[in-house]
Amino acid sequence: MKIYTSIYPKQLHLVILLFLTVITLSAQETDPVVRRVQTDTSETVLNMDATYNRPFLAFKKTTVALGGYLEVNSIYSGEDGVSEGLSFQARRLTIFMSASITKRIKFLSEIEFEDGAKEIAIEFAALDVALHPALNFRGGIILNPIGAFNQNHDGPKWEFVERPDVAVNLLPATWSNVGFGLYGRSFKENWIFGYEVYLTNGFDNSIIDNEENKTFLPAAKENEERFEESNSGKALLTGKIAIKYSKIGEIGFSYMGGVYNKFEEDGLTLDEKRRVDVFAIDINTTIKKTRTNIVGEVAFINVDVPDTFTQQYGSKQWGVFVDVVQPILTRKILNWENATLNVAARFDYVDWNVGTFNETNTEIGEQLVAITPAISFRPSPQTVFRLNYRYQWQKDILNNPAAKTASWLFGISTYF
Amino acid sequence: MYKPIKMKNSIHLIGAFIVLALTVACERTLPYAPAENELLDGPIDGLTTEEQAMFLRGDEAFSDVFTIAKGLGPIFVANQCSSCHPGDGKGSPFVRFTRFGQPDTLGNQYLDFGAPQLQHKAIPGFLPERLPLGATFTDLIAPAVTGLGFLDAVSDADLIALSDPNDLDGDGISGRPHWNTIPEYAVLRPNSISNNGRYISRFGKKGNAYDLLHQTSGAYNQDIGITSLFEPFDPLTGLEEDPEVSTQTVNDVVFYLKTLKAPIQRNENDPEVIAGKLVFAQIQCASCHRPTLQTGFSPIDVLSNKEFHPYTDLLLHDMGPGLDDDYTEGFALTSEWRTPPLWGLGLSKDAQGGDYFLMHDGRALSIEEAIILHGGEAGEAKNRYTLLPEIERQQLIKFLESL
Repeated sequence: MKIYTSIYPKQLHLVILLFLTVITLSAQETDPVVRRVQTDTSETVLNMDATYNRPFLAFKKTTVALGGYLEVNSIYSGEDGVSEGLSFQARRLTIFMSASITKRIKFLSEIEFEDGAKEIAIEFAALDVALHPALNFRGGIILNPIGAFNQNHDGPKWEFVERPDVAVNLLPATWSNVGFGLYGRSFKENWIFGYEVYLTNGFDNSIIDNEENKTFLPAAKENEERFEESNSGKALLTGKIAIKYSKIGEIGFSYMGGVYNKFEEDGLTLDEKRRVDVFAIDINTTIKKTRTNIVGEVAFINVDVPDTFTQQYGSKQWGVFVDVVQPILTRKILNWENATLNVAARFDYVDWNVGTFNETNTEIGEQLVAITPAISFRPSPQTVFRLNYRYQWQKDILNNPAAKTASWLFGISTYF
Repeated sequence: MYKPIKMKNSIHLIGAFIVLALTVACERTLPYAPAENELLDGPIDGLTTEEQAMFLRGDEAFSDVFTIAKGLGPIFVANQCSSCHPGDGKGSPFVRFTRFGQPDTLGNQYLDFGAPQLQHKAIPGFLPERLPLGATFTDLIAPAVTGLGFLDAVSDADLIALSDPNDLDGDGISGRPHWNTIPEYAVLRPNSISNNGRYISRFGKKGNAYDLLHQTSGAYNQDIGITSLFEPFDPLTGLEEDPEVSTQTVNDVVFYLKTLKAPIQRNENDPEVIAGKLVFAQIQCASCHRPTLQTGFSPIDVLSNKEFHPYTDLLLHDMGPGLDDDYTEGFALTSEWRTPPLWGLGLSKDAQGGDYFLMHDGRALSIEEAIILHGGEAGEAKNRYTLLPEIERQQLIKFLESL
C-alpha cells in the first residue's frame, strides 16, 4: 500500500521511529536481552517460508522480533551511446516485525521505503493461525504466491542488484493484496509438499492502459484503492503447490487469475468481464558437489484485451530468468569467518506481446533479452557486496533494431 | 574482539575486486552510438541551449503515451505520436489509418459520420467507427517527420516558382501548389502569398495541412482523440470539450518537429551512388523530387536561409488512375498527391520493422515496386526506369537507399 509522505507525516514519523529502534537494537546485538535468530538453512524450508525465514532480532521475555534490510547501489549506464552518467540509488529500506500472539497465532509485517522515502508500502501484514502443519489460516495484506521471487524478494538473498525482469517487469513483484487464504506443508522422508491458496483483491484496467504502452501487470501496483476494494468486484485467486526433494531441490507451480476490469458500476454494464490468468513455474536447486546454486522462474500470462483496442497491448506474454551462482572461495577473509566470494550470471528474457500483427501477419516485437555477469562478496550470509554488469537488448513493438543498454552496478544489501 | 587486518591473500582478493570495479566501469563497456547518418532522430545542429531545452520537452511529449485517464479516445487510431512515427520515421501497416468521405473538391460529405478520419480503435467498452457504406476512402501510413522545419520554412514564392500547373514547359510535369483554406488558428508565414483567400498548404499526403501546428493539433485530435485549444471537438461526440493537451505541449511538439534534423545521406561518395544520382536526374525523377530547396526567414535561426536536399517540390501532382483512390482532401484532385520527400528513404526499414512499406498506404514492399507504381505525370519517368539496363536500375536503387 503506497502512502505518500506529504499526506501522512505522522505515520512517517512512526515508521522512522520504528526504524531507529531497529537500528539501535541491531547495535546492541551483544546485549543478552537481544539475540539474532538466524535464517533456517535446513533442507526442510520451502520458498513459501521466505517471509518468516529471515534473520530477525528477537528479545528475551518478549514474543516480538524485529529486522529489516537495506539496499543501496551505484549505477553507471548508457543506451546506444548516450550515457546516463553515474547515479547513486537508495533502492529500498525494509523493516519487518513479527510477534507471536499465542503459540499458534503469529503476526508479521513488512514495511518498505523505496527510492529514499518517495514511496512507502506495506508489503506484508498478516495474521497466521496454525490449525495443523498442513492447514494454516492467513489473513491480511499478503504476498500473492505467484512464482518464487514475489515472496522471496529480500535483497540480501540475491547476488544481483537488479531484480529479475520476469519478476518486476512482467509479473508485478512485489505484488501484495488484501485477502485471506490457507497454506500448509507436509513431510515424508526427504520429500516436502507445500501449498498456498488465497483470495484477494487484484488487478484493474491499468494492466492494458498504462504509460508503459504495453500490457503490464506491474501497472496495477499504482492502484492504492486495491487495499480497500476490488476494482472488478471479483476476487483474484492465487494458488501454488511446491514440491521439494531435499537431495535435489524445489519446484513450484503457481497460478493467479481473475476478472481484472470494472465491468459494471451502479448496476450498469460498462464492458464484458475480462480475465487475466498467470501461470508460473519456479525452480531452486543446488548441485552439492560444486555448491552451484541455480534459481529460475518462467511465467506465462494471458490477458483478455478487447479486439477493438490497440494491439499495442498484447494478450499473451511470457518471460523467464535463470540465475547461476557459484561460490569460488569460502574461508576467512579480512577476519570475517566464512566469508564467501561468488561468481554468478543471470539470463533474462521477456516477451510482452506474443503474436503477429493483424495487418501484416509478421511477428510482434516488444522483447527484452539481458545477460548479467556478476561478482559478489559476502562477509557474512546476511550482507552482500555486488558488482554486476548488465547488457540488454530491447526491441520495440515493430521489431526495429534493438536498443542496446549496458549498466555497471555496484551495490550493498544487508539485513540488520 | 576485533583483530587488525593482515595483508594476506584475502586482501588481494578484495583489492582485485575493487580495482576491477573501478577500471572496468568506463564508457568503453557501454554500447556505441550508431553513426549520426544512420539515425533519423536528433536535433538540428546549432540550436541554442534554450532551443535544445524546448526540443527535449517536445521530444518527451512526442513519446508521451496517452491513457484513458489522459484523454485517449474514446475512439482513436494510435495512443502516442511515436506509434505512427517510430524513431521519427515512417509508419508501418500496424498503424495504417483510413480517411473517407470526400470524392471531389467540393468538401467532405461524411462529416456527420465521423469523417475525415476513421478511428478504428476504441477504448474498452466503446465501439470503434465503421466505414459508412458508399463512402470513398483511402488508406494511409504516416510519413517520417524529420527535417520538417526546413520544409516549413520554404517560401511560398519558391514553391510557386517551382510549379507549372499548365505544363508550359511541355515536360509532362504540371505540379501545382495546394491553394487551400486554412484554420483560424494558423499563423501565416512571413511573406505568405494569398490566392483568393487561400494559402499554400504543404504537409500531409494531399498537402492538406498548412503548417506544423495545423498538422500536429489535427493529429492529436484525429489520431489520438485528444482535444486541444486548436481542435476542441471530440471525434466521437462532435462536442466541444476542455483541452486534453495543453497549448504549451502542442507548441513544444511543433517546435520539436521543426527542429528535428534533416536526414543525412550515407555513402554519397560511393561510385555506384554517384552514378545512381545521375540516373535519377536523367530519367527526370528530379522534376518532382527536387533535390535542393532553400529556406527563407525562420524565427529559428538555424533554419533561416539554408539550402537543403529533401527530394520534393511540395507540390501536388497527378499520379494517374493506379494511385487514384477516389478520395481527396482540400482542393486536391483524387489522383493528386503531394510529392513526398525522399530523404531518409534508405532508413525507412529501420522504423518499419525491417521491411519497406512505401507509397501513401505502404502497398510497395520495395523501392523498385514503388517506382513501378508511379503513373500520371510520373508515368514517363517510370517508363524510362523500366527501359534502363539492370546495372543502372541498381545504381538508382543504391542512390535512393543512400538518402
